[in-house]
Amino acid sequence: MKPRSILIGAASALAIAGAAQAGTITVVSWGGSYTTSQVEAYHKPWMAKTGHQIISEDYNGGLAEVKAQVEAGNVTWDIVDVELSDAVRGCDEGLFVGIDPSILPAGADGTPAAEDFVPGALSDCAVGTIVWSTAVAYDHTKLTGVEKLGDFFDLQKFPGKRGMRKGPKANLEFALIADGVPVDQVYEVLSTPEGVDRAFAKLDTIKDSVVWWEAGAQPPQLLADGEVVMTTAYNGRIFSAMAGEGKPFTILWDGQVWDLDLWAIPKGAPNQDLALDFLVFSTDTQRLADQAAWISYGPVRKSSNPLVGSFHDKPDLAMGPHMPTAPENFKNALQNDFEFWADHQDELNERFNAWLAK
Amino acid sequence: MTDATFRGPLLAADGTPLKRKLEQALFTSRMRALGLVAPLLAFILAVFIIPIVYFMIQGLHNPTYENYMPRSAAALQAWDGRSPVTEDMAAAMVADLIASRDAKTIGNVATRVNQEHPGARSMFTGTARKADRMQAPFLDALVEEDKGWGRIEVWQAIKVAATTWTPAYYLAALDLQFRGDGSVVWQDADRRIHIPLFLRTLEISLTVTITCLLLGFPVAWLLANIKLRAANLLMILVLLPFWTSILVRTTAWIAMLQGQGVVNDLMSFTGVNFVILQILLLFRDYDALGVASLCGNDVNAVLATPDATLASLAAQASEIRTRCADALVIAFQQNGVDAAVAKATELKAAAARWGYGDERFSMIYNKMGTIVAMTHILLPFMVLPLFSVMKTIPPSYMRAAKSLGATDWTAFWRVYFPQTVPGIGAGALLVFILAIGYYITPALVGGQDGQMISNIIDFHMRRSLNWSLAAALGGVLLIFVLFLYWLYDRIVGIDNMKLG
Repeated sequence: MKPRSILIGAASALAIAGAAQAGTITVVSWGGSYTTSQVEAYHKPWMAKTGHQIISEDYNGGLAEVKAQVEAGNVTWDIVDVELSDAVRGCDEGLFVGIDPSILPAGADGTPAAEDFVPGALSDCAVGTIVWSTAVAYDHTKLTGVEKLGDFFDLQKFPGKRGMRKGPKANLEFALIADGVPVDQVYEVLSTPEGVDRAFAKLDTIKDSVVWWEAGAQPPQLLADGEVVMTTAYNGRIFSAMAGEGKPFTILWDGQVWDLDLWAIPKGAPNQDLALDFLVFSTDTQRLADQAAWISYGPVRKSSNPLVGSFHDKPDLAMGPHMPTAPENFKNALQNDFEFWADHQDELNERFNAWLAK
Repeated sequence: MTDATFRGPLLAADGTPLKRKLEQALFTSRMRALGLVAPLLAFILAVFIIPIVYFMIQGLHNPTYENYMPRSAAALQAWDGRSPVTEDMAAAMVADLIASRDAKTIGNVATRVNQEHPGARSMFTGTARKADRMQAPFLDALVEEDKGWGRIEVWQAIKVAATTWTPAYYLAALDLQFRGDGSVVWQDADRRIHIPLFLRTLEISLTVTITCLLLGFPVAWLLANIKLRAANLLMILVLLPFWTSILVRTTAWIAMLQGQGVVNDLMSFTGVNFVILQILLLFRDYDALGVASLCGNDVNAVLATPDATLASLAAQASEIRTRCADALVIAFQQNGVDAAVAKATELKAAAARWGYGDERFSMIYNKMGTIVAMTHILLPFMVLPLFSVMKTIPPSYMRAAKSLGATDWTAFWRVYFPQTVPGIGAGALLVFILAIGYYITPALVGGQDGQMISNIIDFHMRRSLNWSLAAALGGVLLIFVLFLYWLYDRIVGIDNMKLG
């Protein structure tokens, strides 16, 4: 090799070493106002503190892309925001690396991490960030007197179209709660064939009036366009439309179905150490509380709750009452049972699709 | 000359036999031709044929269980699927559960079995967590941990999952269930979804093809028969949407057709919707459309404030002009308020079935939305082949037919139309085959009854992660399309097709 090319080789090796010092990680999340809240509360402070870069990518949930990357041995994502059911399933199937919860710092008030997080937020391969919820929302300039989940299914009292997510998850739970099943018995009832029949029978009563949505951004749009008078929706999306665009929406908290979102690191991620550092940074007490200034999803650390303030550009809009975890909203809430859905989603999806097509 | 010259083979100038020389020359030219198409052939093989064969095999071949649970897979293969579960099978199962949990593969196994038996997932992961503490007899220990282990149909489902080469996915794609004892039965009635979806896919594709032909034929004729300048301008109008993103065109239809969209607003503003309803009224469900068009307000009023409305309706009963208001009053007078409200609900539901409510037509998020948007998107694929064929038909043929005494219609039907058949064949086949695999448009505007089979394939690819079933569904679709192609060849003849 000529001396010249050795020099070039050494220079490029140096350049690569330099790049490793200021690394870049790819953070994947759900897009829209949710990703904005993460960028403001996690990404920017982490980049400022460490000097590393973050590439933010959007996806639409599910494990398909992660599975494809891991199986092909070509992983480009470093850290992914997943739902609890996917976190557990992906962990069982060896798609995510295990995370030892002892690396997480204690809460700002000194509570050890293991006690600070709400139950379920520390799983074998993932660490929780937010509590989000599927609830019913309506336009209060068009409807008044909506009080309980049963009203969503009452076409006589509240005529007009309904929006629902195209899938059995949460909808079957809503149907049973509206049919009078107490929230703590919903999954017990739904585990029996009669319970499933009962849920579908309840859905039958409004089937002709339902507009089905798929992406989380659709329901606020359907409400704003007047396509529906009431819709199930992710509470943060409705809040963003209310706070950001001044839409006259109200969330009915009765019978909300809540779930967790967590960070997980795909097996074989190119920058695992940086990703882990980002994960630890973004799930500390202050960061989780900061995120709540951008979107109305509840922090999973109990120690973050006292630090939750007001909406980022509206100091008089306190975020507390808009959180799914606020005591007033949490009275009749149901936690999504990931174990039940992991077991029965194939069967219930088929049944739901067959029911839709009928 | 000597006899040998005539008896021996003909020789070329260099002395080799002419026949072999000719073969050599042909061989080189054949090789040269092959060399020219080789990149294309390699490309097609690598990105088309091999992946298709691979996915069709994936629909038959799923080694997950056998890979991770080899001992119990062997024990289950030896089992006939009917006799009682033996202790040996249970012992092999426990040993595999322990090994699989240690290797962190239990989730894959559990997911695989859960495809065959809903609920088996938590049974597997739950039992695996405690398997290393189990003592013989293992069958009793398993049943004690989860009652599911005591049911023979669970073991039959595991046997199906343990079979690496299995027809189960292709059968599932046809709404059939493959049982562990080798029998094949129909899927439960309320879970049968694939055959109806295949039929609907066929129905939507045929409808789109026919509407494309009806709309595209006159356009192509016009393009081929007007002055060049005007034809060029028209051609751009055909091509412009063709160059626009499919997502943009699909979402544009949402803005046009939705309940509060442009078309509904216009119809409602001009009163056209009432005219359309009156026309539909002539040959459709009188009650349903009648209530929507003529006394929708009465029905809504009855539903909102039953007592007051019914009282006032009854008071002016003699002046009532419409059948539905009449029906409400009769129900009220004979059976009371509740009966009238029930009647109103029934009438409103009937109106909704016809896609009409609140003075608006439902034209999107249903089968109609899918058909309209797909027709618009696929129209150029019909117009272009038709145009290229029509362009080659000399106008003198029509003049000749007419000079021989044919009427306009006869000249068109007997002389012009038969010459366009190659274009119709090409356009129809192109549109139909594109339509049958259509995915993004039905996903966006299909609602509940406008979904096609590709949407279910997508669901299994991205959501349920059941790639084997997705592969089997894709395989069935491919076989179906090849069958249609064969049928087309038999009936019309593929040689008659002309793409340009």
